[in-house]
Amino acid sequence: MCLGVPAQIVEIVDPEQALAIGQSGGIQRQFSLALIQSQGLDLKSLIGTWVIVHVGFAMAVIDEAQALDDLALLASMQEEADDA
Amino acid sequence: MREFRDAARVQALIQKIAPLADELAAAFGRPIQIMEVCGGHTHAIFRYGFAQLLPHSIEFIHGPGCPVCVLPVKVIDEAIAISAKADTILTTFGDPMRVPGTSQSLLQAKAHGADIRVVYSPLDALTIATKNPHKQVVFLAIGFDTTMPSTALTLTTAKAQGINNFSVLCHHIRLMPTLEALLAGGDIQLDGFIGPGHVSMVIGTDAYQPVAKVHHKPLVVAGFEPVDFLLALYQLLIQLKEGRCETENAYARVVNHRGNLTALAAMDSVFDYGEDCQWRGLGWVENSGVRIKPDFSAFDASKHFSPSAEPGIQQEPCYCQQVLKGQRKPNQCPLFAKHCKPEHPLGALMVSSEGACAAYYQYLPDKETGIHG
Repeated sequence: MCLGVPAQIVEIVDPEQALAIGQSGGIQRQFSLALIQSQGLDLKSLIGTWVIVHVGFAMAVIDEAQALDDLALLASMQEEADDA
Repeated sequence: MREFRDAARVQALIQKIAPLADELAAAFGRPIQIMEVCGGHTHAIFRYGFAQLLPHSIEFIHGPGCPVCVLPVKVIDEAIAISAKADTILTTFGDPMRVPGTSQSLLQAKAHGADIRVVYSPLDALTIATKNPHKQVVFLAIGFDTTMPSTALTLTTAKAQGINNFSVLCHHIRLMPTLEALLAGGDIQLDGFIGPGHVSMVIGTDAYQPVAKVHHKPLVVAGFEPVDFLLALYQLLIQLKEGRCETENAYARVVNHRGNLTALAAMDSVFDYGEDCQWRGLGWVENSGVRIKPDFSAFDASKHFSPSAEPGIQQEPCYCQQVLKGQRKPNQCPLFAKHCKPEHPLGALMVSSEGACAAYYQYLPDKETGIHG
């Protein structure tokens, strides 16, 4: 039950309560950004960001650059496997 | 996310893993034994067919990382007792609804008329409280460190908004003390851990240092897509080959070494740690429990409702503990798929879809009949 679901933030619905709407697999759902909010951050700047959502809270921002690095590493491993 | 489910990438990783695992198993004179700590990974191993795709030189030992599976009977009994009180609404996640209590489950109590409601988030339980000011609304909070910050923030919100008809029956448990207890027990043979991705996004990879430094077991944190899991497994085997024993992170797009500091601060402001806690199947696990701080005692359901201290009667078969500790495979239990099935679970490992027994039942068909789930 510790599973989180990736979702992309599409709208900030209540800045005071840090509530956002996000889209995940074609479904829109409301969740809280309070646990990824840092002081002075304009929540609107998070629109378009991918996050992991667990029981109604965004828990982590998905680092796209890191995801691309992982994929590059995998691509090089795949080439090695193809060559073998 | 599609890239992390790509069949060609999965195939490439399996081609890397298989010879390495065979080589290590030959050197060790036995299969490599890897514990996946998280129930989500247990589910993934079967859902994606890794049990069949990977060589027999790798054996997975399914760890205790399903908080539903280890929920003691007493907790279910307490929650049912609270739900039976007048003008009380009990709320919880869907996961614990079917866990057997001493005489009934929460689902059966609901069918008998108790006002028990399934919520997606503890914030939804708080909303039920604001909409029902003349009723007491209790949230049965379960889950590992992943779920604790959401309960903490909900309690902070309830206090800030002065909501006085909301409380939490807290049965959260922490992962690291559990891993340490498991390793200190010394009755499990394993070569390394696949670390839980989403617990780790809260506690950070630094939290696992004792696993490598004190207990000398390598651990690699993994995500939940098939490529994530296999990449972590590959890194773990490389560590074994090179004789290294470190904490590594194969899910760095989500997990960092420090964890989510805001979430950890929210937990620290609401919970006290260091409670010994009873687990179904494992008994008492030192330091694994948490308690709501005195500052929040107005929101602590155990203070309001004084649940009975009577221990619940564990009715489940003795084999569950052996399965939980990885000493017996689910299908080596004589009750498996005969008397114990998802629609009639005798033990909690068959209740949750993340339980090892439920995963075996759903994905590994019976050798003779070809059917199970």
